[in-house]
Amino acid sequence: MSDEAEADYRAYTVRLELEDRPGELLAALEPIADSGGNLLSIFHERGNITPRGHIPVEVDLECPPDRFPVIVDALKDAGVNVVQAGAERYGEEVVLLLVGDLVESDLSDTLSRIETCSTATVVDFSFAAGGRGGDDASARLRVAAERGTVQDAIGAVRSVAAEKDLVVIEPAGTEVAA
Amino acid sequence: MRLAVFGAGSVGRSVAELAGEFGHEVVGLADSSGAVVDDGGVAVEAALSTKDETGTVGDGDPADVLEADYDALVEATPTTLGDAEPGFGHVERALKRDRHVVLANKGPVAERYDNLMALAADSAGEVRFEATVAGAIPAIATIEDRGPENVPAVRGVLNGTANFILTRMAAEGLGYDHVLAEAQDLGVAEADPSFDVQGTDAGLKCVILSNLLSGGGFSLDDAEVAGIEGIPGSALELAAEDGRTVRLIGEASREGVRVGPRLVPEHGTLAVSGTINIVQIETRHGGRMNLSGRGAGGPETATAVLADVRRLSR
Repeated sequence: MSDEAEADYRAYTVRLELEDRPGELLAALEPIADSGGNLLSIFHERGNITPRGHIPVEVDLECPPDRFPVIVDALKDAGVNVVQAGAERYGEEVVLLLVGDLVESDLSDTLSRIETCSTATVVDFSFAAGGRGGDDASARLRVAAERGTVQDAIGAVRSVAAEKDLVVIEPAGTEVAA
Repeated sequence: MRLAVFGAGSVGRSVAELAGEFGHEVVGLADSSGAVVDDGGVAVEAALSTKDETGTVGDGDPADVLEADYDALVEATPTTLGDAEPGFGHVERALKRDRHVVLANKGPVAERYDNLMALAADSAGEVRFEATVAGAIPAIATIEDRGPENVPAVRGVLNGTANFILTRMAAEGLGYDHVLAEAQDLGVAEADPSFDVQGTDAGLKCVILSNLLSGGGFSLDDAEVAGIEGIPGSALELAAEDGRTVRLIGEASREGVRVGPRLVPEHGTLAVSGTINIVQIETRHGGRMNLSGRGAGGPETATAVLADVRRLSR
């Protein structure tokens, strides 16, 4: 619904090992921003020092795919120890409800079909059995998808649900979690 | 303005009662079985008392109201689907006489928009229909004011009965049937609630919005409509685990109309409570606007009718 130009941004995770010195983290993050990356989150594992006495830091960022090698090079040029780069992570999440005869329609098959029909992964799930006054069962699914593919993931859930006669309660138009 | 009011249910009655206060005169008032016509002004209070006693406003022929000396016809008969009669015929007669028409009846605007606009194009009279969408909320006027071409989409909570049921289910952890019965006791839901809980009413409102956005072409058959019947209380509990709740959301755009239960943030803009409605208007350059308020009720809907009358008299 937004008419902002949606550049083809993708999410990446970079694992760094930093020396335990003031200013190290900032020095590591600057090349990312300077090279056109958006920082999404930083997980600074201070309690988990490596055998070499370094602190592991996991940085989630997003950028156009052609910028990613530039960012990794900039980090290396700045003397940052890059342990792992390029493992693409899921960029967007969406929460959906399924209502109906979930058990009879084979819940685990439903979940695995959603994953095979799209690039999405069901990252969280909860279930409430029906029964109270003949109520249907319901399930809550948190589905993670690569940035820009959430609509495909919702489409996959819709088609599996339609086949199994389940009702999908999806987010209102704009409420797709960014 | 001189008004003829066709329909004496809660909306028509309120329009007739409030007309004087807004500087208008009622020259004809009809319900399905009777009418009063008086070029010098109908005695509204007396006519409504007669209706309370006898079931009809007077012993005149309802058809005579359409021939009365009025500037604008207020069409407030019950919404019907398909050919939208008898409301459509009333509107047609008024436009053929070059009179203005103000609709509170959704049928003609949702089901026969193209026919309606063709009649209006050949008439010196204008057609207005603010009261057909979201009661007192000025949804139509806001879209017209911005220019429908500048509005890519409109969404919202457009049915107070369904919203009341979902709000109560989430707040009290009660089941659908229990809350529906409570709503019926309170007069929030009708004895036959299907029009509201199956999404038909919200669907008609969204069809009207899509017609406004695209200049016509939509009827209820083009809408993808799901209701809230039988949603289990557990679904609302699971939604709450994630800070969300369920609302019956209608979405209208030039591409189509969708109505169904949707997840919304629990404390977000769309999660209005009880019988309140909200209309969320996307604009191309001005961002999103949220208008919330009372979406049903006699005086509320009459307020929208009288706002249209006011626009016509400018």
